[in-house]
Amino acid sequence: MNLAHSTKHNREVAAKTRRPLLPMHVLWAVAMIAPFLLLTVIGMIAPVILLVAQSVSGPHGFTLDYIQSLANPTYRLAAWNSIVLSFASASVSLVTGGVVAFIAFGSGAQSRLGALVTSFSAVAANFAGVPLAFAFISTLGMFGLLTRVLRTAGIDIYAMGFSLYSISGLTLVYTYFLTPLMIILITPAIRAISQDWLAAAKSLGANPAQRLQLVVLPILAPSLISAFILLFGSAFSGYATAYALTSGNIVLLTTEIGNVLTGDVASAPQTGAALSVGMIVVMAVLVWISRWFGQRTRRWK
Amino acid sequence: MTMAFESINYTYPGSGTGVHDLSMTVGPGELVALIGASGSGKTTALKLLAGFTRPQAGLIRIGDRDVTEVTAEERRLGVVFQNYALFPHLCAWENVAFPLRVRGVPHPIRRAQAIQMLERVGMGARVGSMPHMLSGGQQQRVALARALVFDPKGLLLDEPLSALDAALRVEMRDEILRVQRQSGIATLLVTHDQEEALSVADRVAVMREGRIVQIGTPRVLYDTPVDAYVAGFVGQSNLWPGIVEREGLVGTSVGPIACVTGTRTRGDAVIVFVRPEWIEPLARSPRAEVAGEIAGETLSDRFLGPVRRIDLAVGTGMVRLETHLRTPVSAVRIPPERVRLLPPLE
Amino acid sequence: MIGKSLRIVFLAALFIYFALPLIMTVIFSLSRGQAGFGPDAYVALLSRGDLLAPLWMSAQLALATVACILLVMVPAVIAVHLFAPRLRMLLELAAILPFVIPGIALVAGLSVLISGPGWLIGSPFFLTLPYFFLALPYAYRAIDIAISNLDLAQLRLAAASLGAGVGRTILWVVMPNLWPALVNAALMTFTVVLGEFTVANILLFQTFPVSINLVGKSEPAEAAALTIVSFLLTWIALLIVLLVGRNSRKTFDPVQSGASS
Repeated sequence: MNLAHSTKHNREVAAKTRRPLLPMHVLWAVAMIAPFLLLTVIGMIAPVILLVAQSVSGPHGFTLDYIQSLANPTYRLAAWNSIVLSFASASVSLVTGGVVAFIAFGSGAQSRLGALVTSFSAVAANFAGVPLAFAFISTLGMFGLLTRVLRTAGIDIYAMGFSLYSISGLTLVYTYFLTPLMIILITPAIRAISQDWLAAAKSLGANPAQRLQLVVLPILAPSLISAFILLFGSAFSGYATAYALTSGNIVLLTTEIGNVLTGDVASAPQTGAALSVGMIVVMAVLVWISRWFGQRTRRWK
Repeated sequence: MTMAFESINYTYPGSGTGVHDLSMTVGPGELVALIGASGSGKTTALKLLAGFTRPQAGLIRIGDRDVTEVTAEERRLGVVFQNYALFPHLCAWENVAFPLRVRGVPHPIRRAQAIQMLERVGMGARVGSMPHMLSGGQQQRVALARALVFDPKGLLLDEPLSALDAALRVEMRDEILRVQRQSGIATLLVTHDQEEALSVADRVAVMREGRIVQIGTPRVLYDTPVDAYVAGFVGQSNLWPGIVEREGLVGTSVGPIACVTGTRTRGDAVIVFVRPEWIEPLARSPRAEVAGEIAGETLSDRFLGPVRRIDLAVGTGMVRLETHLRTPVSAVRIPPERVRLLPPLE
Repeated sequence: MIGKSLRIVFLAALFIYFALPLIMTVIFSLSRGQAGFGPDAYVALLSRGDLLAPLWMSAQLALATVACILLVMVPAVIAVHLFAPRLRMLLELAAILPFVIPGIALVAGLSVLISGPGWLIGSPFFLTLPYFFLALPYAYRAIDIAISNLDLAQLRLAAASLGAGVGRTILWVVMPNLWPALVNAALMTFTVVLGEFTVANILLFQTFPVSINLVGKSEPAEAAALTIVSFLLTWIALLIVLLVGRNSRKTFDPVQSGASS
């Protein structure tokens, strides 16, 4: 007790009496950090400030018209579609990725399977955008290979209501890169579940279902929530895949912004700015919540 | 309830380590300590008893019942883990109430029982604390309460004190002993700390390479170890390899030693074993004609508080003794009646 | 906990889901319509002049972005760890920003800036600015973790006591220990830039992914071939990252285990 106390005390004293940086070091620090901060201000902060400014400036000065115009039916539909797509693909990926990670990295898993899953996840999580869209068009597009094979077998999936170019089709495509992302995100948390916790639960009389319900899931919960939010955010802010698949014809928040920017629709640039600001606010809230949950688990360790 | 191993065999896949032909009983209310170097199989034995690992051969009994095929969750044994393994998302009383919860005890009752148990281990003031807010010693107490609250048939302690610092270790050792005596529960303690084992256990079993080398009361183990391994593992000792020269005399690197040779005959290889405190310092010069009276040069002379530990260089060997005397020591007498002969190392 | 057969069925179904689009795309890229199979699409790609220029441009952009990461971000991370641990929060924040600001919103913001000087905005190297930030989270994470594992404060004192100044400490002590992370960060950046579509498409620059999209509209088989090619490129880059990561973990094992305990 005494010993622990005195080392803590020493550390506090050391922190307080830490030598101030030499002027030379300050010079080094400024020279090394300033360019980065300057670039961040120009490349990230300034564009956001300009967006905010643009979204509230009309021809006659300050106006909230553009912000209010976000309530019109098109943008409401876009927001709804974006949320449904993000929620659906994040949910599916959460379950599939979570189960894969559990099988590959949970108790008694073979390390070879783990290595395989790790490598594959790293690649597949980066296989998004245009190439992914084309891979799915080649497979399940209107004239995709699988579509044609199924059609010759008497199953016309497009006649049955499926379309790759719809929200459900996009969900299928988004799941392709969100599942590996989920595996990457949740693996550390699953690995951190100590074997001793499971053994303890066993010796205390918990059956497998109780171990899952009372130990594993509650311990994983913050990580799962945090991962879900990140998956949702990835889907929510995605543009390339949706654009390449539908040429911007599907109504999502990101494609709407894209259409405004490329002049494909006759909207004022301020509307695009307002949409962008709205998205940034949503993403900021999501990231904040996710980090809050992330910190909870870190405290446990 | 008793806990018993009967001819248990378990080998880890792909290696020769495990436990071999392990038989041992922990009687009702008895505390048996299992000690040995790391890899000696002591933790494996605990896992087999707890039901985390299934033996490849042999029986495990709890009470009169053969539980070899019974899963860990149905064995009803309290286990305290090396790092306590408290559930990080549950507070102290919820951790303690966990075994009651999985058995369907209603909330108010299990809460009351958990808090009562926490009070018994001196944690009544911290029932609502989360594990990460508790010190090592406090987590230990919660883990102990959790292992005892569901009235288990036995208590298994896996290196329970190794994560604590020295001062706290002694305090918790006494606490565990107090709680164990109070509940009168058969207890198996796995540890690598011989002092811990000797001070709390009714009986100590020394394991080596998956086998129990010796099992007995601390006193028996200390005074009459069966071989040099046990002697070296439990306490300090002088171990001199030697050859029986004639009845009652063994030649060693520190000279001829008088002792009881028993059935051994001339030419037999032995190890001569004497505890340092059994050796008597001599105030006079040794008599050359008396075997076991030896003079030497002081190699080191350390003051340890209650005793002085002196190493003397004698011949090509070394004699270690412990004494209360404060005067210089350069000659010793090794009392023949205290000397024990152990089998030579293979 | 999960039944073994159920586990196998689940993994098999997932494997089909992940393998099928790739297999189908390969077959698609090799099909000659009614006339069987052949590598026609790949041959056609090689003879196309309009793809080489975009590929070259994307590669140049990737190199420029890697240079920016190495020259601007890496010194900042090192300096923060060496001199100003409290500023680390600021860098962390900067590394999250690209996630908070979706690519499409970043373009929107940049297109407000587009009233800037023509020599800057007209050049494709303008893209280096947004690309720097798109790659930042990955590159920052790689470098930050590696430096955290070094216990820089200790190293700096040791180097100083042996007579090394700040410059030499960074050059001789920090950098050699950091090179696997630098390779990692560079390759991640390369992969991100080579696959980036959103910003380039909106700002009307003909990068490689933008061209793939254009080809895809007229020549489906060639687009499939390009998809396979770009998948292989990503795969090779990440394979190198994984290999470098694995080797460096072996080399730095004592350091890492010391830092984690």
